[in-house]
Amino acid sequence: MPDHFDLTQLIFGRLSLEAIPYHEPILIATFAGVALGGIGVLSLMTYFKLWGPLWRDWVTSIDHKKIGVMYIVLGLVMLLRGFADAVMMRAQQALSFGDSHGFLPPHHYDQVFTAHGVIMIFFVAMPLVTGLMNFVVPLQIGARDVAFPFLNNFSFWMTTFGAGLVMVSLFVGEFARTGWLAYPPLSGILASPDVGVDYYIWSLQIAGVGTLLSGINLIATIVKMRAPGMTMMKMPVFTWTSLCTNVLIVAAFPVLTAVLAMLSMDRTFGTNFFTADAGGDPMMYVNLIWVWGHPEVYILILPAFGVFSEVVSTFCSKRLFGYTSMVYATVVITILSYLVWLHHFFTMGSGASVNSFFGITTMIISIPTGAKIFNWLFTMYRGRIRFELPMMWTVSFMITFVIGGMTGVLLAVPPADFVLHNSLFLIAHFHNVIIGGVVFGMFAGINYWFPKAFGYKLDPFWGKCSFWLWSIGFWVAFTPLYVLGLMGVTRRLSHFDDPSLRIWFIIAACGAGLVALGIGSMLIQFVVSFINREKLRDTTGDPWNGRTLEWSTSSPPPVYNFAFTPKVYDNDTWADMKANGYKRPQSGFIDIHMPKNTAAGFIIAAFAAVVGFALIWHMYLIAVVGFIGMIAATIYHTFNYNRDFYIKADEVVRTEDARTRLLESLA
Amino acid sequence: MSNDASSRYYVREHHPENGTLLGFWIYLMSDCLVFACLFAAYAVLGRNYAAGATGAEIFDLPLVAVNTSLLLISSITFGFAMLEMQKKNQRTTLIWLAITGLLGAGFISLELKEFIHLILEGNGPNRSGFLTSFFSLVGTHGLHVTFGIVWLVTLMTQLSKHGFTAANRRRMMCLSMFWHFLDVVWIGVFTFVYLMGVLP
Repeated sequence: MPDHFDLTQLIFGRLSLEAIPYHEPILIATFAGVALGGIGVLSLMTYFKLWGPLWRDWVTSIDHKKIGVMYIVLGLVMLLRGFADAVMMRAQQALSFGDSHGFLPPHHYDQVFTAHGVIMIFFVAMPLVTGLMNFVVPLQIGARDVAFPFLNNFSFWMTTFGAGLVMVSLFVGEFARTGWLAYPPLSGILASPDVGVDYYIWSLQIAGVGTLLSGINLIATIVKMRAPGMTMMKMPVFTWTSLCTNVLIVAAFPVLTAVLAMLSMDRTFGTNFFTADAGGDPMMYVNLIWVWGHPEVYILILPAFGVFSEVVSTFCSKRLFGYTSMVYATVVITILSYLVWLHHFFTMGSGASVNSFFGITTMIISIPTGAKIFNWLFTMYRGRIRFELPMMWTVSFMITFVIGGMTGVLLAVPPADFVLHNSLFLIAHFHNVIIGGVVFGMFAGINYWFPKAFGYKLDPFWGKCSFWLWSIGFWVAFTPLYVLGLMGVTRRLSHFDDPSLRIWFIIAACGAGLVALGIGSMLIQFVVSFINREKLRDTTGDPWNGRTLEWSTSSPPPVYNFAFTPKVYDNDTWADMKANGYKRPQSGFIDIHMPKNTAAGFIIAAFAAVVGFALIWHMYLIAVVGFIGMIAATIYHTFNYNRDFYIKADEVVRTEDARTRLLESLA
Repeated sequence: MSNDASSRYYVREHHPENGTLLGFWIYLMSDCLVFACLFAAYAVLGRNYAAGATGAEIFDLPLVAVNTSLLLISSITFGFAMLEMQKKNQRTTLIWLAITGLLGAGFISLELKEFIHLILEGNGPNRSGFLTSFFSLVGTHGLHVTFGIVWLVTLMTQLSKHGFTAANRRRMMCLSMFWHFLDVVWIGVFTFVYLMGVLP
């Protein structure tokens, strides 16, 4: 405590000009690039007068489709940042041998691998998954929006401001140097006195609140808002996997919130949760964080499984094989995911019986997963398979993921894990399942539902380039890591002495280069598709001959999704409707009750970000002001009772008549 | 199956059930998990005194008993407020809510008194693993009650402004669940932390 009243200290905390990393040329160059690009985008937006529409149509929108699209944009933007970190690591490890120390000092390298992990899981995979669920689930169950549309907007902005804090750490201060799960005592105040771990804690706390609320929202949506006739066992599989994922989110994220809160109390108030002295217990952190962390990987993979199920069934033009077993497999995985967390630290020394229990439960998870793989294969068997882009990603997933799953079963054997723990073999394994499973799944999903979101398909040529570069690039990048891991190389090293290892790192770097080209092709794919959008236009609303309800409405769907709520008699409702000569309603439209846009979500989340930033830098005055602002804005919002409106019947008639004319012109 | 639109579409206004109460329940369960983590931390660290004070030495059970009664009675008075709401008596509802809020405030002030006393005696949260987990579990509960009081005051203002509209009745239901939930958690704290804490 300073013995005199220090206003600067109270306002700026420990933030000073020293926090700007002007001595790091890589960061200065990045900052210049970001600043120039940012100024360019901002001035173009001003020139084309896009600020108003951006604010009215997107930032304050509570339309689940727009929020879904914004999540996916967030995920793709953060993918570029996370991948830039990956390229730096691959380059550093390929260069840093013997006398050469590469271009990244350890201090910087440690931040890079931490940021890579944090960003890829929390701000790439999670937004992509949440975005797809947000966009697709209400359409698949025949609803007009989610259960709590305002909360949905708020969740999105919490996630985005969390991502923003991570990005700020690049140019103001520094990020954690602890690895993506920030184990104490390394992440404690003694070993990490700087702001890095605080950036980590507060960006995840803010984004975590968003994730938790969106989990609650989607559960309530799926449970309460399904179209009449859609019983649980008639829900599309993607909706089922989304339901299970959101159950996992609600059951896992509070643990993350609690454990990070404990860590921040240790750091800020000197409490003894995880300290090595005064009765603290560092291993409790490792247990708690993995009680969240293991379900988290299933939170990511289950929606991807859902995407593959929809894609396989659509592009084989037949009902999914073993729908019931697929649902049960999903539920079993949901439950088992809580019984395996200890396999992340067999080497903690819990004893043979505890380790065997968790080793066995881990191996058991591969049974429902295997059932799913067989279901997809049997769906393909004797199907009329169309190898469009989503189907190609699915096939590549099945090959890649199965291999990743098998290396996982190897690691589940505790004695083998004692050898391979913390090695590059582990790194190769989880990239094998996360890239091969989650990332490929999200790409399949984006290619599959893009025409529904924007009204035109994605360009197949550049899509195929991206597909092959990713699929091959992945194996070139990660097979060497399996080899190195078996040779005993551990993770997170920034320098090597043994020159015989170098060739493997060079191959891996080449693989990263291929993946970079794959990402580039994907960006080109988006641009080319936008330019050729008239040629790629989907006027039917059903470009793939789909089977579920989202394909029964127009592409892009009207704000109200369905003029009349569909009735459901069968799984694959839309296929059933098409097969049995349904008639699209063309008259008798009525007013539709919809929620109003609101800026409250954005404003409250912005206050939360201010509080987070202020706490990171110990700017306590600003933290208090921001916190009061956040509470006041929330209470002010609750005084607004005027939250909905009716879309008038004549507007519905206009929209639906335009669609009728369009469909007739095709016939 | 006939082929007019009505066999395939619900051609009237379709309103799915309101999901607020379910959503709030799920939120409460997630909050329950936050408490579960804090209870787990207390289970792990609760006997790590680091040569400092033990529960038996510092817990003032009569004070805690008063405290507990205040909170439990506040649950009953909230129940009376709900009953009055059913009868659409706005004035008596507000009175019961005010009593509930005062009992909650009494609980918080007694808790603060206990905390300040402990800290002044040198038994603050950074003294030992036991005190860390004690303060964070009890304090988190106290924070929840504080937020409950803020919410209660907000809702009382809204009730007197707009009366028992559907939205306000829903909010009363949610706050009532929140308040009773905090009671249930406190029963866990009282038993597990205070009563079992004074055992040798």
